[in-house]
Amino acid sequence: MDMRLHEYQAKEVFADAGIPTPASQLASDVDGVVDAADEIGYPVAVKAQVHVGGRGKAGGIKLVENSEEAREAADSILGMDLKGYHVDQVLVEEAVDFTNELYVGITMDRGEGKPVAMVSTKGGVNIEEVAEEDPDAIAREHIDPSFGMHPYQARKAVYDAGVDRAVARDVSSILKTLYDLWESKDGSDVEINPLMITDDDEVIAADAVMNVDEDALFRHPDLEEMEEEAAGGDELERKADEYDFDYVRLSGNVGIIGNGAGLVMTTLDLVDHYGGEPANFLDVGGGAKAERIANALDMVFSDENVDAVVFNIFGGITRGDEVARGINEALEAFDEIPKPVVVRLAGTNWEEGMEILNEDLVTVEQTLEDAVERTVEYAEEVNEQ
Amino acid sequence: MSVLVDDDTRVVVQGITGGEGKFHAEQMMEYGTNVVAGAVPGKGGQEAAGVPVYDTVHEAVEEENADTSVIFVPPAFAGDAIFEALDTDLDLAVAITEGIPTQDMAKVNKRLSETDTRLVGPNCPGLITPGEAKLGILPGNIFAEGNVGLVSRSGTLTYQVVDNLTERGLGQSTAIGIGGDPIIGTNFIDALELFENDLETDAIVMCGEIGGEDEEQAAAYIDEHVDTPVAGFIAGRTAPPGKRMGHAGAIVSGSGTGTAESKISALNDAGVPVGDTPEEVADHIEEFLA
Repeated sequence: MDMRLHEYQAKEVFADAGIPTPASQLASDVDGVVDAADEIGYPVAVKAQVHVGGRGKAGGIKLVENSEEAREAADSILGMDLKGYHVDQVLVEEAVDFTNELYVGITMDRGEGKPVAMVSTKGGVNIEEVAEEDPDAIAREHIDPSFGMHPYQARKAVYDAGVDRAVARDVSSILKTLYDLWESKDGSDVEINPLMITDDDEVIAADAVMNVDEDALFRHPDLEEMEEEAAGGDELERKADEYDFDYVRLSGNVGIIGNGAGLVMTTLDLVDHYGGEPANFLDVGGGAKAERIANALDMVFSDENVDAVVFNIFGGITRGDEVARGINEALEAFDEIPKPVVVRLAGTNWEEGMEILNEDLVTVEQTLEDAVERTVEYAEEVNEQ
Repeated sequence: MSVLVDDDTRVVVQGITGGEGKFHAEQMMEYGTNVVAGAVPGKGGQEAAGVPVYDTVHEAVEEENADTSVIFVPPAFAGDAIFEALDTDLDLAVAITEGIPTQDMAKVNKRLSETDTRLVGPNCPGLITPGEAKLGILPGNIFAEGNVGLVSRSGTLTYQVVDNLTERGLGQSTAIGIGGDPIIGTNFIDALELFENDLETDAIVMCGEIGGEDEEQAAAYIDEHVDTPVAGFIAGRTAPPGKRMGHAGAIVSGSGTGTAESKISALNDAGVPVGDTPEEVADHIEEFLA
């Protein structure tokens, strides 16, 4: 999984590595925004610090010309709900007068199993759209991870993309720096879009994306510190982080708990197949003990959209007896079970699990298909009440 | 016959003194796997799960003729452990470990192109030839001997599909869990090639999931090179774009690549029926073998 840095965090990392960025300050209240804007000098951009694509269109970025406008912008952006994300902080940033916008980025090409550097003169727009509509507008250079990026590769990508010769050297140097950051910080996606070119041929990173491999955080204590600040998402997703679950909130009313990503996805698909709508994806992972199982139920019950829950465990490392103990523990704590729970246990120690499981509290089914079908029925009944 | 593993396979377990390593070394032996040694730096001279432990994989090969490694090393050290297995010229290395940094795997991937050692995984349940041997953590009791080859990106989904097959008396030649990470060793095409050339495999199940383009490439390969009938399953039909569903590899990108529809239609175009449910996959296999 990736950890996403906020724009202001990524810019700090880029600036430390020598990539030019506009003057900026972080602020979390209206007066702070106005002070910062006055100090930087107008015009400035006020930019919401949340992990949402298309912030500008959604009203999360405003260009202001004076203190009064800065105050208005701060008032409207701070505290706003941007596609489900609450805005607590804004970056107040010098507005750069540009003549051209480029895209530069490094990502892992999973098909090739190696990193790829990308450069395009079509910056400032969604690069995935460019990739789809005009793939030739993006120059790509694959990198051998055992050597890293050779400087010639950075130059080649920049010339191949048709970047103006006057700035080619500076852009190549930024691309090489970006690769070195990607490598040294265990980046997954690192990009600058747009990389702005001013009319006196200065090159400035006007936005910054830095997503890093969460599996590698153990060797980056500095980034781990940023993680707390970067945490976002809705309340339930934050709760899932605390419990350390792989959890994705969806829009339906059938709660789903299972072990193993492929099997949980399959359970979601079956809910759809039987006419229901999944409320979530929740993978308890391998070898879950009773407490973790109880936490999973607590997690799904916290979503008020959930009308029924299907618990599908196929034990390999995970043991049926532990699962049954966890379900009992979670449900016995209630005076009344909040929503119907359907359980299907298979694999390691499932017979022991069935003996332990308190069948007064749940509905048991033998097969995955039956369990899902039953849960969808329950969800419809509860929903109609 | 079967593929990659049988009762002649001589296994060294890297990380055999850890909780998981020891438990699963014992489970593998109980199933009949010929585990001959463990390898754990600093633990040479000890014994674990009833076999001698060596400091290096090299010693385990010299002393016990190990030809295959199963790796239960924690993620921070697993990349290094895979390099050790590859640099020791084993026939096969199976990496069970989940959560290896992707950049470590990119370096491993480079080395794989330079060596003859095959890698299965990482982040996989391993592989099993029922009745002979298993390498990894798959629960042996759900498998049965037979002629269905199975390859899957997901562990527990493999168990589910195997359960549906075994229930109907459709046993397996070999089942291979290739793992859910973005960068893996053996992929669908490698496994399909092995099954196509295996005399004991008469039908193949391929379980894919959203993300990447491996299933589409496998479909093209089946169209060109595979005569053995194949039935497919794709997990994640209802996954929304941009949300990673558990596996690091399981994500439909914003631009719409990696979707279930694209994979299912590619497979259908190659003549591969794709089940809506695991049960339907077993239906297809039953028809193939009738």
